[in-house]
Amino acid sequence: MFNTLLDRIQRLGAATLAIFQRLGRAAVFLMVVTGSCAGLLRRPGLLIKQLYAVGVQTLIIIVVAGLFVGMVMSLQSYYALVDFGAEDSVGVMVALSLMRELGPVITALLFAGRAGSALTAEIGLMKATEQLSGMEMMAVNPMQRVMAPRFLAGVISMPLLATIFSAVGVIGAYLVAVQLLGLDSGAFWSQPQNKVDLYLDLYNGIIKSVVFGVVATWIAVFEGYDCVPTSEGLGQATTRTVVYSSLAILFLDFILTALMFTK
Amino acid sequence: MTSRKIEILVGLFVAGAIAAFFMLAMSVSNMSSYSGGESYELKARFDNIGGLKVRSPVAAGGVTIGRVKDIQYNTETYEAEVLMSIDQRYDKFPVDTAASIFTSGLLGEQFIGFEPGAEEEYLKDGDVIDLTQSALVLEQIIGQFLYSQGSDSE
Repeated sequence: MFNTLLDRIQRLGAATLAIFQRLGRAAVFLMVVTGSCAGLLRRPGLLIKQLYAVGVQTLIIIVVAGLFVGMVMSLQSYYALVDFGAEDSVGVMVALSLMRELGPVITALLFAGRAGSALTAEIGLMKATEQLSGMEMMAVNPMQRVMAPRFLAGVISMPLLATIFSAVGVIGAYLVAVQLLGLDSGAFWSQPQNKVDLYLDLYNGIIKSVVFGVVATWIAVFEGYDCVPTSEGLGQATTRTVVYSSLAILFLDFILTALMFTK
Repeated sequence: MTSRKIEILVGLFVAGAIAAFFMLAMSVSNMSSYSGGESYELKARFDNIGGLKVRSPVAAGGVTIGRVKDIQYNTETYEAEVLMSIDQRYDKFPVDTAASIFTSGLLGEQFIGFEPGAEEEYLKDGDVIDLTQSALVLEQIIGQFLYSQGSDSE
């Protein structure tokens, strides 16, 4: 009786320790990777190749999603606002929501699903097929050669993608509100110009997307590097990347919003 | 895919993002009003500024000619001091110009409206506008209305 209780407590302790060990490994990993980023200045070709894989190839889903999110928001806010005769505010409502929240958050969630999972799978497979160990044998540092360019490419791509998402979303909202629903195009553009602040809204949205980029790419690259090198472990690592990044993004979004937009 | 093609696509991606940023900054946010170029400052004192905020518009004849730059409360005179930054193009306001706080629409935001006077001299940078009219506070108006109703019925 007493022994089974002790066993349970031991299991709880072991699980807690495993979590903290993993967090510690992830923190050390982040430090090493950021330290290795400086070496990329001598080999920009590696970074450009990853910018293509991480950024350019994610662009299409971001543009399509941004367009439709903007169009749907425009339609919905029009139906809500037309009852109060405030349908001229559709532009400012869509622009503010996109820049402050939806742009960074939806971009980061799509980014984690599209680019993050691919990064984890790629690095995990490199580990499973012992390419990383092979590099070390040839005195090539896999941190500098494999991890740093992917990490930096993710951090650079996220704010670029989020900005494109917001801009395309506003264009989508314009198409629906002005071309489809017949709002005045002057009112659509002038209200945001009065209400949306360059620093408070646009810059804070970009800061948000940089933070999300760091976190999502960090999780993706670390999960690949730290995965169990079997086909099953690889699958679990890819799933964990998407789940953990999404949760971290949504949680951090709340924290950042509370810090930035409450006075 | 050749590395040249990849580099071109990455270049287009970055250029597209920069274009998106400028589109948001120029046509959606208020950056156009930051880059107003030359401006001069005027000060006005109000008993009550209502819902006026920093960056609220300053208008003359309905045209926006500047923005509220700073709002302070002066404990010497017990008045609110509003510092306004006015576009240099509009530097021909007579010294007896009146500044009032209006509300755009029934529930809209508040702004300062200028009513030009008739003096020959013009307001310069750093001048203070003496003729001011405070914001209408809805509660006070309702209060006065109820008070006058009460006194009528007696």
